Amino acid sequence: MRDEDLSITWYAPRPRPLWRQGSALAAVVWLGIVGGSALLAPWLAPGGTLAADPARRLLPPGPSAWLGTDALGRDVLARLVWGGRWTLQMGLLGLSVAVGLGLPMGMAAGLAGPWLDAVLMRLTDALLAFPGLLLAMSVVALTGPGLLPVALAAGLAAAPSYARVARSAALEVRSQPYIEAAFAIGAGPWRILRRHILPNAAGALLSFAAAQLGWVLLTGAALNFLGLGGPPGTPEWGAMLAAGRGFLRDAPWASVFPGLALTLTVLAAHLLSDGVLEALRARR
Amino acid sequence: MLTYLGRRLVQGLAAMAIAITLAFVAMQLAPGDPATALLAASGATQQEVAERRQQLGLDDPLPTQCLRFLADLLRGDLGSSWLHGRPVGKMVVEQAPATIELALAASAIGAALGIGLGVLGATRRGRWCDTLATALAVVSLSTPTYWSGLLAILVFSLRLRWFPSSGAAGLHHLVLPALVLGVALAGSVARLVRVRVAEVLEMPFVTAARARGLPTRRVLAVHVLRPALGPALTVIALQTGFLLGGAVVTESVFARPGLGKLVLDAVLWRDLPVLRGVILVGAAAYTGMNLVADLAVAWLDPRLRERLLPLD
Repeated sequence: MRDEDLSITWYAPRPRPLWRQGSALAAVVWLGIVGGSALLAPWLAPGGTLAADPARRLLPPGPSAWLGTDALGRDVLARLVWGGRWTLQMGLLGLSVAVGLGLPMGMAAGLAGPWLDAVLMRLTDALLAFPGLLLAMSVVALTGPGLLPVALAAGLAAAPSYARVARSAALEVRSQPYIEAAFAIGAGPWRILRRHILPNAAGALLSFAAAQLGWVLLTGAALNFLGLGGPPGTPEWGAMLAAGRGFLRDAPWASVFPGLALTLTVLAAHLLSDGVLEALRARR
Repeated sequence: MLTYLGRRLVQGLAAMAIAITLAFVAMQLAPGDPATALLAASGATQQEVAERRQQLGLDDPLPTQCLRFLADLLRGDLGSSWLHGRPVGKMVVEQAPATIELALAASAIGAALGIGLGVLGATRRGRWCDTLATALAVVSLSTPTYWSGLLAILVFSLRLRWFPSSGAAGLHHLVLPALVLGVALAGSVARLVRVRVAEVLEMPFVTAARARGLPTRRVLAVHVLRPALGPALTVIALQTGFLLGGAVVTESVFARPGLGKLVLDAVLWRDLPVLRGVILVGAAAYTGMNLVADLAVAWLDPRLRERLLPLD
């Protein structure tokens, strides 16, 4: 076989900034659509989510209901728009918990010396040993089901891996000569953290945060799917997916569209994460 | 080499010890106590509750309870279910084979797909092949198994009638769940393999091998894949937790028996000993798998013996 037949690319192509990457732009647009429609839900879907109409049960997608209706005659699109509120709030709250706990832990482990590092890393090792979803389920078992506990649980389960990534990023920046220089001219640790470490680690931290948003959304929706979320009838996407299961044969749209919305949103989070990383590579 | 193994072993044991302590403490923090929670529903008297508390050892001081828990654990006793009164260890052993079967099948599918996609992407960087492989990987990473599982049921069970949609009786029932979970696993494996292979492709020894005029195929197989695929093992071992969590959801979608049903019931009924037993078994499996993977990688690639955490 000749070399041309295998057509190997031996070296990396040039990196591109965020706004030149089609996939990252598409991700931002999709997140904008979901976020915007969630904000504008009262105007976009004024009927609300509980307007059941037995005469309109399991209607297929059509002009009167773009994405069909569910088993109780509720409009799937309207519920998706309102459900975006639950799902996005859950994702953002969970992400804040993950970053809020993980970032200080990782920074402290990476910067405050070997002892604290060893203690914190053994702790995260232990937490990482628990399967993430099972850890989140255990938190819900302790707090009781509900939308807020689910968001907290997903965030807590995501925190150890964020701590690990933050630690790696801190260690990487810390080993640079300019940090040594900053120490040498007498800059204090807080100043170095704020002015040098955080800005230079920002790319890695932001990129992983976007990926974590995807994980938190998937895990939170999984808990809702398993019935550990809000009360029955809550238009959360994972819960809608579960509710539509019983009618999969006759009305697949009641499950398929919530799943599609969730998948696209998680996909957007991952694409954004990759885009940030790619754009960052350009600066090196 | 021995130092490396020793350190990994100590780290693994330390992680397990902390995990066990956390599992114990978390249960103590849980609001409400099992005796009242379980008996309240059946309308028991105060005295019955007190007797039950004493029976369960809930009146003893905390350190005593903790030591008893550890001693039981060392004997392989995970406690008894609050709900059924049966030993947790026995319940886990009964349900584990179905889940292990699913996890093994899924990891085989995930490894094959993931390594294939990763190598394809890395060796054709920036071309449409790479774009496609990268896109497939990120889609696999983003698709919840509870959605892809339903789509699989919709297409392969309800429409085409190729595979059953639920149950666990033989290979026929394993195909769809294993495929769904395996495809979900493939994404993360593919992404890491792609990065590793791309890194190795830029190494001087690869340039040297090409300069010597070795055939591309040989450069790829001998010089690139061997050092790059070792870490793929580590990645797959790191996904043990994902597999267990994914198995819980997948089992629920396909109504398969297994640890998933056990865990879900334990959460819904707050049967904390069962939950604690399962997550400790999960943590032990994760720690064990990672240790085995580290050993295998060290055996495959002598340079890694020196490094503590190959994928830090």
